[in-house]
Amino acid sequence: MWDYTGKVMDHFRNPRNVGVIEKPDGVGEVGSLACGDALRLMFKLGADGRIADVKFQTFGCASAIASSSALTEMIKGMTVEEAGKVTNQDIAEFLGGLPEQKMHCSVMGREALEAAIENYRSGSTEKKILAGKVVCNCFGVTAEEIERVVRENGLSTLEQVTNYTKAGGGCGKCKPDIETILEKARVERLEAEHKAGAKTAPKKLTVIEKIRLIEQTIEREIRPLLKRDGGDIELIDVDGNRVKVALRGMCAGCQVAHFTLKDVVEVKLREFVSSELTVEEVRE
Amino acid sequence: MKTIYLDNNATSAVAPEVIEAMMPFLHDQWGNPSSMHAFGGEVKKHIDRARSQVAELIHADPSEIIFTSCGTESDNMAIRGAAEALGPRYNIITTRVEHPAVLGPCRYLGERGHRLHEIGVDSAGQLDVVQLGEALRDGPAVVSVMWANNETGVIFPIPEIAAMVKAAGGVMHTDAVQAVGKMPIDVRKIPVDMLSLSGHKIHAPKGIGVLYVRKGTRLQPFMLGGHQEDSRRAGTENVPYIVGLGRAAELAGASIGREMTVIAALRDRLEAGFLATCPDSRVNGDRVNRLPNTLNISFEYIEGESILYMMSDVGIAASSGSACTSGSLEPSHVLRAMGVPFTAVHGSVRFSLSRFTTAEEIEYTLKSLPPIIAKLRAISPFVKKT
Repeated sequence: MWDYTGKVMDHFRNPRNVGVIEKPDGVGEVGSLACGDALRLMFKLGADGRIADVKFQTFGCASAIASSSALTEMIKGMTVEEAGKVTNQDIAEFLGGLPEQKMHCSVMGREALEAAIENYRSGSTEKKILAGKVVCNCFGVTAEEIERVVRENGLSTLEQVTNYTKAGGGCGKCKPDIETILEKARVERLEAEHKAGAKTAPKKLTVIEKIRLIEQTIEREIRPLLKRDGGDIELIDVDGNRVKVALRGMCAGCQVAHFTLKDVVEVKLREFVSSELTVEEVRE
Repeated sequence: MKTIYLDNNATSAVAPEVIEAMMPFLHDQWGNPSSMHAFGGEVKKHIDRARSQVAELIHADPSEIIFTSCGTESDNMAIRGAAEALGPRYNIITTRVEHPAVLGPCRYLGERGHRLHEIGVDSAGQLDVVQLGEALRDGPAVVSVMWANNETGVIFPIPEIAAMVKAAGGVMHTDAVQAVGKMPIDVRKIPVDMLSLSGHKIHAPKGIGVLYVRKGTRLQPFMLGGHQEDSRRAGTENVPYIVGLGRAAELAGASIGREMTVIAALRDRLEAGFLATCPDSRVNGDRVNRLPNTLNISFEYIEGESILYMMSDVGIAASSGSACTSGSLEPSHVLRAMGVPFTAVHGSVRFSLSRFTTAEEIEYTLKSLPPIIAKLRAISPFVKKT
C-alpha cells in the first residue's frame, strides 16, 4: 500500500464538495479514462467576487480523489486571482505530503483549476490548453507543461518528471526529449543562481568557498561536456588563482586537449568562479 | 477486524499442517543433508520424501523435481538455462500475457541476439494458436507458455500447445504457478519439458519453488558451485521449506476435488452476485476455461486503487489491474492484450479464493461491495446521470 498521510485518507474516505453546480462561472476538465485519472472542477462566484461554491468529480485513485477534495477546500473564499496562484505543491502540502509517485495527482488539481479559471475569463471550454509541442503522446503532456512543472517543483530527474506529470510513463519514447528539457532547465537554474550570486555576493570568496565553487562548476558544467566525448577531468590542486587539473579517459593524451583546457575548462571556471583563474594541466 | 482474504493468487495462507511439518527442521533437525554423519544424513531422507510428495502432485518422477527459491527463479532457470544449453540465436516464443517472471528473461534473451516472438490473445484471453504455429515454423525454439493466467485465471490448452511445440522440435516450458493445486496436472500425459511451481501459492511459505525438468532435457544450470539437486541447482538445501512444500503438495493433491467443486461454486456465487447487484460490471476472460478460484471483474467508470482501499477499510483483501496498483502508470498488460477497454481496465478487480474461503465471507463481500461501487461512481465524472 502507499504511504498516505492521515489527511489524504480522510479526504479520500470523506471527500468534500463532491458534485456539480448548476450554471457555474468556471468549469475545468483534465485527464481522461484512458489516462487512468480525470477531474472536473467547477466554481461559482459570490457577490463579493470570491469563490462561493466549488464542486468536483474525480475518476482516479485515492490520492487523486483526496487532491481534488483538498483543492476545493483550499480555494473556497478566494478571489479568482488568489486561486490562480495555487500551485501543485500547495495542494500536496495541504494534504501533509503525497508519495513522490503520486505527485501527478496534485498537478492534475492545479491544471483543472487553471482550466476552470481560463473558462471563467475567456469562456474557453477546451478540455486542456494544449499549448506547444506534445512531448508525451501516451499521456498527452506538452513541453510547456513539463517545463513548468520542472521549474515550479525544482525537478532534476526523468523519474521525477514521470511522477509529477506522467510524461515518459507509457511507451517511453519521449524520454530523450524530457532529458533535453531537464538539461535546459538545469542550465537556466544555474544561470539564475549565478546572476543572483553575482548581485548579492561580493567577488571576494574565501579559499574554501572558491574550491567548492570550482568543484561544483567542474561537476555541473565541465564534466558533462567532456563525458560526451568519452573524457573526464580531475581536480588536483588549487594554488591561489592557479587551478591544477588532470584530464582523464579519452581526453588524456588527446591532440586538442590543450584547447579543451583553455576553451572549455578555463572559460567555464572564469565564468562561474572568478575571471582571474588560470588552468594548468598536471601530467603524471 | 478479521481480514477476508480474497487475494490468493498473490500469496496464500500457510496451512497449519505445513507449519507443523516444518518446525522440527528449525528446532532440532537442522543438520546439513550433505553431511557424512547420521545427524545430517537423517535430514536427507525428509528432502527425498518431500521430492516424492511434489512429484506425485504432478505425476512426475522424483528425480525430475528441482527445488528452487521461488517461482521466478524456476522460470528464469528454465528459460535462460534452456536457451544457453541450445546455443545462440534460438527463437524464444512466449505470450503477451505472461507473468513478468517469464517476460523478463524472454525479453532479456531477445535483447541479446535471440529472436523473440510474443504471441497475442483474443478478447477472452485465449491464445492465438495460429500465430503460435507460425512462430514455430520460424525454426527451433524455446517456448514458455503459462498454464493458467494469474490475473484472469484463464487456462491455456497446454496439452495441445505442448504437442505443437514438440512436433516442431522445440523445448516446452510452462509457468504453472497458478495452475498447480487448482486443477489436475499429469506430466506423463502432457509433453511439457519443464514446469514451474511456487510454494506460497499452495499454502507453503514464500521462498520455495520447484522446477520440474523432464529426463533428457538439456539445461544449463545458473547456480553453480555445489552438487546439490544433482548439480542442477547448487546451494545448501532450504530444508524446512522443502519439507513444508512437500506437505503442502500432499494437501493440495487431496483438495483438488474440493477446489473444482466447492471453491468453484463460491466463486460462481460471487460472480453472479456482483453482476446482479453492480450495474456496468463485466467479467474479464474466458469463463469456461478458467481456474476455479479466480474472478476478474471490471466495474466501469471507477478506478481500482480506490476500490481496493475502500474494500480494505471493511476488511476485504483483493487486487486490481489498474495503473495505480501496477507500480507503473500503465494498467494491466494482460487486460490490455485482451483489448479490454480503458473504461474497464482501470476498474478491474481480481478476487482469488482458496480452500480457506468460507460461504459467509463471500456473502459479506457481496453485501459490502455495492455501496463502495456506488460511492465511487457518485464521485466519478464519467457516470451517465439518469
